[in-house]
Parts: sequence; structure tokens; C-alpha cells
Amino acid sequence: MDVVYFVFQQSIYFIIPLLVVALGGMFAEKSGVINIGLEGIMVIGAFVGVVFINAMQKAGFLASSPQLLLILALILAAILGMIFSALLAYAAINLKADQTIIGTSLNMLAPAIVIFIARATTDVKQIYFNPAPFKIVSAPFFGDIPFIGDILFKNAFITTYIGLAILIIATIILKRTRFGLRLSACGEHPQAAQSVGVNVYKMRWSGVLISGALAGLGGIIYIIPTSISFAGDVAGYGFLALAVMIFGQWKPIRIFGAAVFFGLFKALSSVYSGIGFLAALDIANAKDLYNMVPYIATMIVLAFSSRKSRAPKAEGIPYDQGAR
Amino acid sequence: MEGLEKMNSNQFKENVTDTFNDIKGFFKNLSQKQGFKTFTSVALAVIAGLLVGFLVLIINNPSRAFQGFGQILIGAFGDPLSPMTGIGEWLYYATPIMLTGLSVGFAFKTGLFNIGAAGQFLVGQCAAIFIAFYGGFFGPFQWIVAALAGIAAGFLWGFIVGVFKAYLNINEVITAIMLNYIGLYTVNFIIKGNALIYDSGRTRTFKIPENSRLPDLGLQSIFKGSNVDIGILIAILIAVVLYIVLSKTTFGYELKAVGYNRDASRYAGINEKKSIILSMGIAGALSGLAGALNILSPGVIINNLGKDYAPENILPAAGFNGIPVALLGLSNPIAIIFSALFITFLQRGGFYTQTIVPIEIIDIIIGIVIYFSAFALLFRNVLAKLITRRRERKAELDNSEPKSDIDNEGVVS
Repeated sequence: MDVVYFVFQQSIYFIIPLLVVALGGMFAEKSGVINIGLEGIMVIGAFVGVVFINAMQKAGFLASSPQLLLILALILAAILGMIFSALLAYAAINLKADQTIIGTSLNMLAPAIVIFIARATTDVKQIYFNPAPFKIVSAPFFGDIPFIGDILFKNAFITTYIGLAILIIATIILKRTRFGLRLSACGEHPQAAQSVGVNVYKMRWSGVLISGALAGLGGIIYIIPTSISFAGDVAGYGFLALAVMIFGQWKPIRIFGAAVFFGLFKALSSVYSGIGFLAALDIANAKDLYNMVPYIATMIVLAFSSRKSRAPKAEGIPYDQGAR
Repeated sequence: MEGLEKMNSNQFKENVTDTFNDIKGFFKNLSQKQGFKTFTSVALAVIAGLLVGFLVLIINNPSRAFQGFGQILIGAFGDPLSPMTGIGEWLYYATPIMLTGLSVGFAFKTGLFNIGAAGQFLVGQCAAIFIAFYGGFFGPFQWIVAALAGIAAGFLWGFIVGVFKAYLNINEVITAIMLNYIGLYTVNFIIKGNALIYDSGRTRTFKIPENSRLPDLGLQSIFKGSNVDIGILIAILIAVVLYIVLSKTTFGYELKAVGYNRDASRYAGINEKKSIILSMGIAGALSGLAGALNILSPGVIINNLGKDYAPENILPAAGFNGIPVALLGLSNPIAIIFSALFITFLQRGGFYTQTIVPIEIIDIIIGIVIYFSAFALLFRNVLAKLITRRRERKAELDNSEPKSDIDNEGVVS
């Protein structure tokens, strides 16, 4: 049973960042802007968060309340991610530039900028931090709940709950609020939305900025539980989040499902040696095979599930007020 | 006396104006050509990128900014005493990203986004490695067969993406990303499991056997001491072929038509599923070839080293660098030759400048260039509109007011 808990606990480290970033991508695409620069925005967010934590830990600031320090880092990451995504918003919405090109340039710029800054200031590209104080070994009260407590409230990070909260808020915003419905309208048929008085430019700006904030947040959420240093790389998670978003058909709950599906297999591949019967198979270079499993599984599920794409109809097309 | 002088000067003035008008007319014609407009807009993006890069250098370290920037601009030539070596290296490093750039650009032209060049590159490389170690019986054709194997493997990887897109309506971006990782781990699994190929002591493959390495066609005696080989010529040749296929053949037209409008193409009688699959397959084949040529490269032939591959859990940069190359070349195969050369030029310059400034400055510059090139096209249209408006206004003025000599007199005196 311990193995099961371990797999679940590990999988959460993959699920939450994928979920948050994919939700970010969803907000941008719902408004009609393809944000392929999620990877780059994640890098910016992770960098800002890690630099902040590094500086504060060195100074001994907030050493007694690490969770507050982490939350401050998360907020900073979200803000910087949002600012960075404004590069996409301005070019894609106001200047009507090609969204794929802009996204690609963000992906190139982000790691270059952060490593440049790191090298220029410290001569090395790695920035170290100590993740240990952020770990919640067992949450009071909740950790004692059988099963769920073991999965969600032991060896956990506060980011898990923030990620789940974002899922709930995103679902409500998208389905139940005027803002969410207007946002979706701008991605489906911006001319129609404009004709009933919705400001398409404003909506698309909101969509992109939300995606920037969530991707920046996702960057630091991904780094904290899985490493002790950051060197301008989030291992392709921005692209994976894009895949999770498409897998989830641009719907929050389905995106969550897709992230869980992918994360479970991913965790399986990283802990297989601890699982009795899998280790007993004793395949040479089994690591490479298990690493492949989440990707193959995703493709198989996609092949059987997605006949009809639910992509926003006007995504990727710059909105021109004059066009009919 | 005075009159004569005046007449002479008037005549002279007229001649000058004529010549000037001729030149102006030439530029006017040139500036109306689509290609020229595109070129200017891209050039503007490049200049903007370089300026921002320079600014970053100044902010970073004013005392070294000029030296560093100058080094980036000419650094690709390497040691000034033997610039031919530097140029040879430049061509050598341009080869893989030229091919992956062509791969991404070809897909763009047919309305698809090939983000899977990295995976296609790896499987192409792996197939070439196998022929290099097992295909001794192909004799002098071994490197050709190995390159073809790379093409075939890359084609297969693109083909799968195409089938998912055409028959299952699954976005090519998601399958290509998945296949990148599947390719990475498959290649590592296969190579690590083969004792003839994999040297577990060095945790990399053995060197590619000498008889299956690419020939250099005498290029290395021109560019002495560099790694250059036949690969760059193959890449340029392929760019020309792609240009002809895309702009002069029915096949290319069909592929592009499906990219513009899938439904309309179907009604026009084009087999749109086949087109999508072939487009992705060809794009994959190009990246596969990039991987094959990369690993088969002989290195500096005198040193007789050859290359090897270290299986790591990282996707190759050549795959992702194809995207900016294609974007800067606006997906035109011929332009991609130059954009690959340009981006490699900067990268080489940055490589030789590392001791002065962090090498990441190059990616910053390229990123900015790509960013500006995205609305360079738009900028081009705005510029064109401005020029036509000015001309129209001028034409109106010319028509409404009869040409007077007073203006000329005024200018003369």
C-alpha cells in the first residue's frame, strides 16, 4: 500500500504544474490567442521565484514561516509571468502579428535572458535553493484522514492545494461568470462578440495575461518539489502542458483528467524500481522503456477518444475590427 | 553671357534630374517587388535585434560592450589568420539547422506546424548509426544508404503525425511533442541495448566507422582545419529542389492548397488526407536527414576521429532551432538557406566571444529578431500603404498643377 501512496505523491509533483500551465494555455486559447510560449513563461516564473527564495534564504528572512516565503515567491512568479506574456499580447492582439512566431520567440528569449542574467551576476547558470522547509511532512488533522490524507496531505507542498484551488476557480470563471462566457465568445466568433458590445481586444488581453500568470506560477510550482537548483530549463513542461490542454479538449475538468492521467504514468516511470512486480521483470535499460510509457499511453488514449476537436474556432486568427 | 551660363547649369541640372529619376524609378520598381519588401522588413527585424543585443551588452558591461559586439559580428570567421577554417566551421554548423529549418518551413507552407523536428532528427540519426555499423556490405555507397535510412526513419516519424492528423483529427502539435519523447527514449533504449554500437564504458556509442563517414569532396582542402563536408551541399541542393516542388509543380500546389483550406481542397478533388500525411512525412524526412548527416560527418578528416552519440534524456537543440530558421526565412526554401547561414553566423560569433560575454546573448538577439520579424510582414504592408498613398497624392498634385519652371529656378538660385 505504501507503494501506491508513493506513486500518487510523486505523480502530484507532475500533475499540478501541468494542470496549472494547461489551464493558463486554455484561457489564452479560449480568448482566441494561441500561446505557444508557455514554456518560456514558465522559465521566467521559475527563475524569478527561485532567485527570490535564494535571496531570502540567504538573508534568513522569513525563515520561521517558509510557507509565507513560498507564497510570496509564487505571487512574484505570477506577476513576472504576466508581464512577460504582455509581449505576446501586445504583438498578437494590437499589432496582429503571427501568434506562433511570437510564442516561439518567447521560448527562445526566456532561457537566454535568465541564464544571461545568472551568468552576468554570479558567473554560473545554476541558482540553488533549499526546498526542504517547504515540504509539509503531514498536515495537521487532514494528514490523518485515511487514504486521501496519505495521498494529498503527506509529503505535500502548499502548491498542490493552490493548484486545485485554481482548477475550481477556473471552472467557475469559465462556465458561470459573464467574463468567462464573453472570453469564450471572443475565441469562437469575435465579430459576433463585438457586435453585442464585448471589447474583443480587452478580452484577449485578459486571456493572455491570465495565461502568463498561470504559466509563471506553473514554472515555480514545477521546480520546487523536484529539484534543488534552477538553470533556465523546465524540461519541456510548457509543451507538455499544451498537449494536456488539447488532450483535455479546452475544458477545465477534462484538462485535470488529462493531467492526472499523464502524471500517474510519469510517476510510474520514475518509481517503477520500487514496485515489486515491475522490478521483477528485470528488463535491460528498462528506465528508457518506462520513460516512454506516459507519451505512448497519451497517444493511444487520444487515438480512441478525440474524433472531434473542440478547439476555439477563431484561435490563432488576429482580430480585425474592420473584417466581417 | 549670364544667360548661357544659366542655360548650361539648367541643362546640367536636367541631366542630373534625369539620372536621379532613373535611379528613383529603379528603386520604385524594386520596392514594389514583393520579395524586396519582404527582404527589407526582415532586414529591419535583424537590425532591431542587433541593436537590442548591443543595448543589453552595454547595460551588462559598458567597457566590454564594443569589443564583445564587434567580436559577435565578425567572430564567425574565427582566427583572423585563417578565416577559411572559420568559414568552413560556419558552413558545417549551418547544415543541420538548415535541414530542420527546411523541415519546419515545408510543414508551415502546407499549413502544418512541425514541432517534432527534434524527434525526427533523433530517429534519423539512429537509423544512420545502424547502417554505419551493420551496412559494411554496401561498400562505397554505405554513407548514401545510411543517409537514406535516416530519411526513411524521419519520414516514418512524420508519417505517424500525419496519420493522426488526417484520420483522427488530432492536432499535429500534440502528437509531434509526444513523438519527440517517444523517439528520444526509443533511440536510447535501442542503442544502449546494442553492444556492438554502444560503448558502456564511455556511455556513448563507438565512433562511426571510417568507411561510412561522409565524403568532403575536397571542401576540407579549401577550408583547411574545419569540419565541413558534403552535407552543406546536400542541404542547399534540397532547398532548391523543395523550392521547385513547392512553386512549380502540381504536387506542391496541392500540398499548399490543403494547407490554405482543407475543405475547399477536398471539393476541388485533392486527396486532402494523403496530402497531409505526405507533407508531414516529407517534413519528417528532412529532419531525419539532418540527424543522419550530423552523425555521419567525418569531423576534421586529418584527425580521423569521426563522431559518436551519447544517449541522454535531452532533445537535440538542432530540432528546435529549425523553428526560428524557418520563421526568419518566411518558410521560403531559398530564403531558409540564408536564414540558416545568418543564425549560424551569430551562433559561431557568440561561441568565439564566450570569454567576453555570456553566449546566451546570441539567443537573446535571435529571439528579438524573430519577435520583430513576426510583425515585419505587417510593417511591410503599412510601409507599402504609406508609399502608395504618398505617390497617389503626388500624382494628384502633378495632375492638378501644370509643371512650372519656377520651382526649378528656385532650386538653382
